Amino acid sequence: MTSLTQSGPARPEDKAATAAHDRQKNLSRIGLVVAVIAIIGLIAAPFFVYPVFVMTVLCFALFATAFNLLLGYTGLLSFGHAAFFGGAAYFTAHAAKVWGWEPLSAILLGAAGAGLMGLVVGFVAIRRQGIYFAMVTLALSQMVYFIFLQAPFTHGEDGIQNVPRGDLLGLVDLNRPLNIYYFVLLIFLVGFFAVWRIVNSPFGHVLQAIRENENRAISLGYRVERYKLAAFVMSATIAGLAGGTKVIVLQIATLTDVAWQMSGEVVLMTLLGGMGTIFGPSIGATLVITMQNYFATSDVPVTVIVGVIFVLCVLLFRRGIVGEAIRLMKR
Amino acid sequence: MSSSPADAILSARGLTKEFLGFRAVSDVDLDVREGTIHALIGPNGAGKTTVFNLLTKFLTPSSGTIFFRGDDITGVKPADVARLGLVRSFQISAVFPHLTVLDNVRVALQRKAGLDTQFWRSNRVLDRLDDEANRLIDAVGLSAFAGHDAAELPYGRKRALEIATTLALDPPVLLFDEPMAGMGVEDIGRISDLIRRIAKGRTVLMVEHNLSVVADLCDRVTVLARGEILAEGDYDTVSSDKRVREAYMGSEDE
Ligand SMILES: Nc1ncnc2c1ncn2[C@@H]1O[C@H](COP(=O)(O)OP(=O)(O)OP(=O)(O)O)[C@@H](O)[C@H]1O
Ligand SMILES: [Mg+2]
Repeated sequence: MTSLTQSGPARPEDKAATAAHDRQKNLSRIGLVVAVIAIIGLIAAPFFVYPVFVMTVLCFALFATAFNLLLGYTGLLSFGHAAFFGGAAYFTAHAAKVWGWEPLSAILLGAAGAGLMGLVVGFVAIRRQGIYFAMVTLALSQMVYFIFLQAPFTHGEDGIQNVPRGDLLGLVDLNRPLNIYYFVLLIFLVGFFAVWRIVNSPFGHVLQAIRENENRAISLGYRVERYKLAAFVMSATIAGLAGGTKVIVLQIATLTDVAWQMSGEVVLMTLLGGMGTIFGPSIGATLVITMQNYFATSDVPVTVIVGVIFVLCVLLFRRGIVGEAIRLMKR
Repeated sequence: MSSSPADAILSARGLTKEFLGFRAVSDVDLDVREGTIHALIGPNGAGKTTVFNLLTKFLTPSSGTIFFRGDDITGVKPADVARLGLVRSFQISAVFPHLTVLDNVRVALQRKAGLDTQFWRSNRVLDRLDDEANRLIDAVGLSAFAGHDAAELPYGRKRALEIATTLALDPPVLLFDEPMAGMGVEDIGRISDLIRRIAKGRTVLMVEHNLSVVADLCDRVTVLARGEILAEGDYDTVSSDKRVREAYMGSEDE
C-alpha cells in the first residue's frame, strides 16, 4: 500500500498546537501541586480533626472516585453502585467478625467479592445504553439488596455490628486512632492512584473515546463491550475496597450501605464535585459528608438540605466545583 | 442468487432493510471492485446511508448477504467488520468532541499498535504514535488545530478530522458517507486529491452529492432511488440514463 502522506517541515501554525499543549501541561502541574498539598493536609489532619470523621470522608471519597471511573471517564451512569460498596461491607464484616480474619485480608476479600458482583451486573448491564443502563443497574442492585435482606449472615435489619478492627497483618493494633487512620489513608491513596493511573493510561484513553462517541469507537474496530465491562469491574472492585475499609473504620455493616439511597448519594457526590475530573468526586464526598454531619441534629431532614444545595450547585455550576475551576483556569 | 465477480472485494446480494414495514433498502445487489473508487449516489432519502450501515453491520439486514473478499460477513459484528479492513466514516461527522485533534487520531492508531488494553501504564507511551498522527493531521490540513478540542472545529474541519482517523487504520476498503459535505471549495479540492492519493492500492466506496466530484474521482457509479438500484456504470453512462435524469430532475445535475 502506498504511503498516505509526506512529512513537511515545521511551520508557524504548529505554535497553536504547542500553546494548547502548554496549557495542558500547566493544568497537570497544578494538579500535582494540589495533590501534594492534599497529601500533606491528610497526613496532618488527625491532629486537628476528629479522625473517624476524616476516615469516613476518605472512604466515601474513594467510593465516589471509583464511581467516577464509570460515569466521568466511560460515560456509564450506574445507579446501583451501592451493591458493590455495601456488598463488600458485608463480606469484610463477616470475614473479620465471624472468621476472625486479619483486617487487610478482610478488606481485600470485600473488594474481590465486589469485583465478582461487578462482573455479573456489568455483564448484564453493558448491553444497554443510556437510561436503560442506569435502570438495569438499579434493578440488579435492588435484587442484591433483597438477597442481603434475606441472607442469614447479614442479620437483616440489625446488620453486622461490633466488627473488630483487629491487628493489621497481626502486627499493628488498629484500635489505636493514629494506626487505623494512617492505614485508611494508605488504602485511600492506593485506590485513588489506581483510578488515576487507569484514567491516564492507554486503556483509559479508549474509555474516553467510548464516552465521547461510542459508534465511532466501534467503527474504528474497538469491541466496546469488553472495555466497558473491564471498566465496570475495576470500578466495582475499588468501590468494594472503599466499602470494606468503611466497615473496619465504623465497625458496622448495615442495609443502608446497599440501599438505593446510597447509590444516589454517590451520584450526587460525583456531580457536585465534578464528574470526569480526578479530584472532583473527593471534594463532592467531603462536602456531602460534612453537611450530613453538620445538619444531623437540625430539625430539617438532612436529605432535604443536601438536595437543595445539590440543585443550587447544578444550576450555578453545571460542571461541578472542580469542573468549573478547570474551565476558569483554561481561559 | 448470482455469484459475484472475482475482482469484487465487497459485494451485496439481495440486501434489504425494512423499518416497521417501510423498505428503506430493497433487494440491492452491489459489487465494489478491488482498487476502484465507487460512488453511491441518489436523491435524499434514497437509502444510501442505510446501505452503508448494512455493509458495516451497524444495522442488521432484514434479508440478503454481504461478502467481503468472498467471505460471508453478514453475521459479523461491526467492530469486527472494521478489524477485517472495512472502515467507514459517518454522515453526521463523528469525532470525539472533548478530545484534542491529536488524541482523536491517536485513538485510531493505538489499537493496531497494541496500546489499547494497558491500564497500568502511563498514556505517555502513546507519544510514540505522534509522528504518524501528525502526518495524518497534516495530510487533511489540520496541523494548526492539533491541540484543539475536536468540538471547537468548524463542521468542514470535523469532516477532515474524521477522514484522518479513518485513514489512520490504513484499511484496504474505505467507506465515506458524504466526506466533503459542508466543506469550502478549497477543502473539497484538497480532500479530493487526498482520496485519489489514498485510493492507490485501496478500494473506496463513497456517497457523494457533489456530482462534479463524482465525475472527477469515481471509476464507477451506482444510483440508488427509493431503496432500489436505478442504474450502474461509469459516470457518463449513468448521467445520460433517462431514469437517472428523471430521479435527479431539477436537482444538482449540470
Ligand atoms: N433507523 C431508521 N428508522 C426508520 N426509518 C429510517 C431509519 N433510518 C433511515 N430511515 C429511512 O430510510 C430512508 C433512507 O434513509 P437514508 O438515511 O439511508 O437515506 P440517504 O440516501 O442516506 O439520504 P441523504 O442523502 O439525505 O443522506 C429514509 O426515508 C429514512 O427516513
Ligand atoms: Mg445519508
